[in-house]
Formats: sequence, C-alpha cells, structure tokens
Amino acid sequence: MGIEMNNVDVKDGVDADTVEAVRALSSTYKYGWNTEIEMEYAPKGLSEDIVRLISSKNNEPEWMLDWRLSAYRRWLELKEPNWAMVDYPSIDFQDQYYYARPKSMVEKPKSLDDVDPKLLETYKKLGIPLKEQALLAGVEAPEGERKVAVDAVFDSVSVGTTFQAELKKAGVIFCSFSEAVKDYPELVKKYLGSVVPVSDNYYATLNSAVFSDGSFVYIPEGVRCPMELSTYFRINAENTGQFERTLIIADKGSYVSYLEGCTAPKRDVAQLHAAVVELVILDDAEIKYSTVQNWYPGDENGKGGIYNFVTKRADCRGNRSKVMWTQVETGSAVTWKYPSCILRGNESQGEFYSIAIANNMQQADTGTKMVHLGKNTKSRIVSKGISAGKAQNTYRGLVSMHPKAKDSRNFTQCDSLLIGDKCGAHTVPYIEVKNNSSRVEHEATTSKVDDDQLFYCRSRGMGEEDAVALVVNGFCKEVLQALPMEFAMEAQQLVAISLEGSVG
Amino acid sequence: MASSLRGDTADRLRLNENLLATSGQWFKNARLAAAERVESQGLPQRRDEYWGYTQPDAFLQKKIDFDVDLNSPLELFSKELSEVINYKNGILQEKKLPAIPGCSVESLSDAATLDNHWAGTVFGKLEAVGQIPVQRSLAALNTATASQGLLILVTGKVKKPIRINAVCEGTSDTIIHHIIKVERGANVTLIETGQYGARANVVLEVEVEGDGTFNHIRMQNGHEHNALTHIFGRIGTNSTFKSFTLTSGGRLTRNECILDLVGDSSRVSVAGACIGDEKFHHDDTVFVTHNAANCESRQVFKKVLRDGSVGVFQGKILVKAGAQKTDGYQISQSLLLDDNSQFLAKPELEIYADDVVCSHGSTSGAIDEEALFYLRSRGVPKAKAIDLLTLSFIAEAIQEVESPELADALLAHVTAVLEVR
Repeated sequence: MGIEMNNVDVKDGVDADTVEAVRALSSTYKYGWNTEIEMEYAPKGLSEDIVRLISSKNNEPEWMLDWRLSAYRRWLELKEPNWAMVDYPSIDFQDQYYYARPKSMVEKPKSLDDVDPKLLETYKKLGIPLKEQALLAGVEAPEGERKVAVDAVFDSVSVGTTFQAELKKAGVIFCSFSEAVKDYPELVKKYLGSVVPVSDNYYATLNSAVFSDGSFVYIPEGVRCPMELSTYFRINAENTGQFERTLIIADKGSYVSYLEGCTAPKRDVAQLHAAVVELVILDDAEIKYSTVQNWYPGDENGKGGIYNFVTKRADCRGNRSKVMWTQVETGSAVTWKYPSCILRGNESQGEFYSIAIANNMQQADTGTKMVHLGKNTKSRIVSKGISAGKAQNTYRGLVSMHPKAKDSRNFTQCDSLLIGDKCGAHTVPYIEVKNNSSRVEHEATTSKVDDDQLFYCRSRGMGEEDAVALVVNGFCKEVLQALPMEFAMEAQQLVAISLEGSVG
Repeated sequence: MASSLRGDTADRLRLNENLLATSGQWFKNARLAAAERVESQGLPQRRDEYWGYTQPDAFLQKKIDFDVDLNSPLELFSKELSEVINYKNGILQEKKLPAIPGCSVESLSDAATLDNHWAGTVFGKLEAVGQIPVQRSLAALNTATASQGLLILVTGKVKKPIRINAVCEGTSDTIIHHIIKVERGANVTLIETGQYGARANVVLEVEVEGDGTFNHIRMQNGHEHNALTHIFGRIGTNSTFKSFTLTSGGRLTRNECILDLVGDSSRVSVAGACIGDEKFHHDDTVFVTHNAANCESRQVFKKVLRDGSVGVFQGKILVKAGAQKTDGYQISQSLLLDDNSQFLAKPELEIYADDVVCSHGSTSGAIDEEALFYLRSRGVPKAKAIDLLTLSFIAEAIQEVESPELADALLAHVTAVLEVR
C-alpha cells in the first residue's frame, strides 16, 4: 500500500506530517486477521425463507417477522441506487450469506463468563474491553473513572453486553437488538422504522428484511447516561453480509454518548455491510454519536474490502433536542453513508463532523442531510476529505430550510485535500432555502472563518493567511479531540492531519 | 432520460426532414447527427437529476398556451454604441447584414445552402461535446431544427460591439442558433437584447482560438416567456471568455453555459444576476471543464427573489487529471426579499488534479438588517434603502463585466427596474 504513496509527488503547501499520517494509516491494516471459529450459516442467498429463518433464529414474535417480510417484498420492487460517485461490480445478492453465528452462540451464554474464550480473545486483540472494568487500550484507569459499556457484535449476533446491571440501576436500557425485541417490544414497536421508514432506500429496506442483531438503547427522562455506550462490530465470516440495526431513544432531558467501531479481516472477496441507525431525540435531550469506521478497505489493487452502505438518521423530535454526529472514516472499499438530522423540534440542533480518508482504490461518497423543519433550528456541517493513491472521495450533502423553519441557521464547510495526482475529490452540496429569515452559508472562504478567532490571531501579530490556516486546520484536531477516549489510539495517528493545501 | 420520444418531439424532428431537403452537405450532416442525439438520448424528464429544480415541461409541451405582448424593452445600449442586427419572432429582419471591420457576419439560412462552410467545424460540434457527461437533448433538438441564426467569424479586433436584438410577440416559438468563431488573436463583444416570445430555445456555440477574446452581455426582458438558452464554449490557449446575463423578466428561464477549457492559461467568467417576482423561475446551470493547465474560471451569480419566485443555481467545476494550477471560483448568492421565495442551489466540484485551488460558496438570506438600519438612521426611506442594498448586491456580479460603459448601462438598467417595482 505504501508503494503508491512513497513515489508520489506531493504539491507544495501540503503538510508533510499529513502525508506521513495518511501513509502510516494505510500501510498496514492492523485488524486484517481472522478468528478460526466454528460457524453456523443460513443457506446462501436471499428469499422469504431466509427472512423467516433469521427471524426464527432470533426467536422473534410474529409482528417482527411480518415487518421483515413486508420490507423484503418492498425491497424486491426497489432499484439499487446509482447516483453516488462510486463504481463497483454489481452485487450478486444471491451469492452470499445473510446469517452467520459462532456455533458456541447457538445457546446464548448466560453471562460474559460463559462466552467462548476464542470470541473474548478476538475482542481483546481488537482492544475492546469486554471485562467490566475501566480498561482503555491496555492502560488501566483508576477506579471509578471512565467506564464504557460495550455491546459486541460478531457477524450476525451480539456476543454480549457489558455493564448492563449497572446501567439498569440508572434506568438505562442497553442490550442487543434481539433482546430488546423480546424484552421491550412496546418500545421497539413504537420507534423501529419511525426515523428510517421500511422503504426509505434500497439498502435500508434490505436491512429491514434481514437485519440479524444490533444494539438498542433507551435513556429515560432526565437521565444522563452514567457511562459511554459503545458497539463494536466485527465481520469475521467469509462471503457474509452484516446487517445490523441500532435504535437509540433519548427521552426528555436525557443525554448519552454512543460510540461505534468496526473492523473486518482481509479477504479477497468484497463483503456487504448494510446497517441502519435510528436516533430518536425528545425535548431537551442530546445524543452524541461517534463512529470510527475502519472496515477492511481492500488491497492496493482494489481487491476485497467492505462495501459500507449505511443509512443513519437522527430525528430531533423534541424542542431543544440536539444531535452530534462525529465520524472518522478510514476503512471500507466503498462507502455510501449520509448520517442525517431531521430538525423537527423548535430550537433543535444538528451537528456533523467528518474526516474521511480514502487511499489506494477506496471510494467514499459520504456527507449529511440537515432538514430544518422547526423554528430557530441550527445546523453545522464540517467535513474534511482526504484522497490519496487512486482513491475517490466525495462529500454529498443536503441543507434544506422548509418554509416553516423560520429564523434557522446553517453553516457548512467542506474541505478536500488531494495527495498525489491520481486521486479525486468531489463536492456535491444541495442547498434548498424556502424562507427568508433563515441564513445558509456554504463553504469557508476567508471571510466566513470565525471573525473573533481571526481577530484574536491577527491581534497577536499573525498574518491574515496564517490566522485563517490556524483556525481552519485547528478544526481537524478539534474533531479528533471530540472523539471519546476509547478511540484515542486509533485517532492518534490522525492528529497530524491538516488540510493545508486543500483544493476546494 | 426516456429512451422513446414523445409524439411532439417526433413532429419537431420531422420538421427537420423538410429542412434537410434544402440543406447543403455540411449543414445536413450536422442536423442529422443532432437528430440522432435527440433520438438516442430522449428528452428531459421531471425525475432527471439534472432537472431536479426546474421542471422541463414548458419546453416539452406541444403547444404553448399563452400570448405575449411586445412591450418595448428599455433601450439600454444606444444604437451608436453597437452594430445592431434585428430579429423578430425568430426571423432575421435585416435585408443586408452590416459590414463590420474585423469580422464577417452571415445568416445561417444563407450559409445552410452551401456545401462547405467554415461553421461546419463548430455548428453542432461543441453542442455534441457538451452532451457528455450530462445530456442536453433540448440543445441537440435546437441544432437539428434551427434555421435561423448568425454565423460570425471574427478575424481581427472588432471595435464596436455586435448587438443581436431579438423581439417576439404572440405565441411565437422560436429556435435560434448562433455560431461565433474568434480566430487567433482576435476579439469581439456580443450583446444580446430584446424580448423572448412565448417560448424560445437559443443556442450559442462559441469557439475562441488562442489569444482570442470573447465578451458577451445578455439582457433578458419581457413579461412572460419560457426561455431555454445554451452557450457551448471551447476556449483555446491564453484566451478570454466572459459572459454576463441580466434577467429582469419572464416566467421560466433556464440559462445553461457549458465551457470546455482546452488550452492552457485561459480565463473564463460566467456571471449573472436576476430580479424576479411571483411566477418568475430562474435557473442558471453552468458546467466548466478544466481540460488544460493554469486556467482560471469564475462563476458569479446573484438572485433577488420576491413574491414566490424561485431561483436555481446548478454550477459545476470539473478539473480533469493534468489540469494543474487551476484556479476555480464559484459563488452563488440569493437575496430573499420576503418569506415566499425559494433559492435552490447545487454548487458542485469534481477534482482530479492535486495542485489546484477551487472554492465554492453559496449563501442565502434576507436583507441585512444592520445595513438597513444604518441607511434608515441616515434618513433613507425603507423602500429606497432596500433598493440600494439590492443594487449593491447585484453590482458585485456586474463587476464581472469587462467594459465599464456596458457595466454602467447594466447598473442603470437595474436601478430603473428597481424603481418601477
């Protein structure tokens, strides 16, 4: 992988540390090993029978099966989207497995102590703490400090969820999706598909039919979740798609920070990952959702890798509700992902911070949608895209101000950096303004950089250009620092990234 | 786009068969090729991404359903300033075209009967290149069926601007296709004025060879019209291309400008401003392809919208691999004077070269309250203050115009338009 980049001429002005960081990031894929474990598969291919099988493996009630089947029938009528700036061989949906679980998980272990040691070893190797202790990447934190509850998803099933008892004391529900369907059917029925409808788009519909597991979170009214929650997704089996579903409900006045990580072994054949994430945020509640996406990106010739086709959406239903998406995208062969915010409540707020790094043959088409429906809603989009090797990196975003979204505000800034002359960086923003009391601004030009910050730098004797560079580039680090500690190790390499010399 | 054509398009293409009978070889070839493009591409549909913000229906429907009155447009560029060539209802009105030093001007209908013509290397050729990657079938339909237009070959420095003044009335449905070729080192300024009729489909193909300069000013007036215009430009080494359009009337206007920068170190600017009320729907769709190194491109668009009018901007800068040292700039801004109007924008970048600078900005909002307060506190009445701020907003786009005299005339026109509102 490094080969491409070692010989590349980098234009003047591009920060050397950035080039080094991108190079280091892609020189080896650390998580490319696989776990030798006995697996149980559903038969290859997709049909109503497979949908029924997945439902029965999860011991689901009738209503859940009906929901899946209607999604499956709808999916048959839909066409695969082709508008994204990504190019990949057509997917044979009949030539893969839709369900794979370790044999040791057939009888769900009572507690983490009963989980197959091989599985526990896998997560240990990935640096994910499945023991209930404040353990951060090998550094033991002092008693009582940061704790992270983890739901570990291995191929199609959740291996276990930590700290459930402690969370329950606070009233927080954190469990695998399959457990939630059994234990909290009313909550699931009420919210499932209410943010991303069954037939929202091709991949979301597919997911609705065949999702196997995922995470479920409910934060009750007025509760600040006592620890960070996280889900770690691991694809291990070959020729298997992973379809998980995440549903998080933040009831009135609650707060939760949720993190998500994902990796997969190196395989020559591309694998599909089609997830759906739904966030429901009620009055005065806040969700902070962070992702470090590190799926296997394929080799330097574009062989293998994960096709990451994900639908993520937050519905800020309540007044003064708030959501913050932070994503660091370094993996996947093809990414198609637009974490969105529906700002329905008055004075609700959506934020999207993204760093997407594509190298070798990777293709990323990612961005966000900010749909302003309520009055006085605010949104902020900051997207940094870096392309190297022969990669293509596209920012695609929508900012929509509806007629009733009076006095709303959007600020969007997206920068792209190209390392080498064989890659591409693209920006496809859609801006729709339907009232005049709202202000929409796209892209940082010198004048759009925060005037106060600029003034401060200038008053300290800094030249205008240097000041702008400092303010704009400082942001990258800000995003990384906003990431929860658990990702610090992975994000550390990225800290050297600056967007100096960006093209547009 | 649909693979099959609707009945009325087939009718329009049939018209082409009659035209072919009287065409010389170069023209016949161009028309046949264009007709094939229309057939194979089909016509735009509502669901086409490229027509997402403007419905193409008015350009497709078989019959146009309203009359337009000829209201005498403001005589904004004096006759002495330019060589005027008049069109009425899509037909050339001059018995004899003026002899202009530094260039030759012919009518398309005359040249069409010849077997060979210099315009054969341009007519339909730039339009064909402009069909990729986005299909613009209505421009191909124009090439296939237009019989009116001017062929202007610029060989030297043309002092006076050439002004095409085209007026229409009634239910006129006009198709005009002009060709301008600016030879090496030559320069010319083209002005388009007048009033579109019920429906107009105008194509301008402009080839600027090395070291050439092409300036273009366009005024779009008139109460009601559906106008679709395309400019296809191929810009050679070290050349300049500038086009500015001011729209202050009409119902539906879509101005597309497709530029291909094929020679190093060229400079292009596509700019426009519009002021509209009520049913006014104004769409600027620009596609600039940097195919050579060290070029500069600018897109500057300002829209003033009121009473339910809609402004659309779809702009794209495509920087191909190898087009290093490109400087691309794009700004689209709307001023929404009340709460009913809409601004829909898609400012796009597609970049395959690493040593370039491309910036794009887009803003939308109401009039600046602080500026308004300042003016009012200085005793300026509110309505006047809003006009002044609107004028200054539009003036930033007019700055793109090369000639100070023409820029002044445009500013005066905007002032007049604001006063009668």
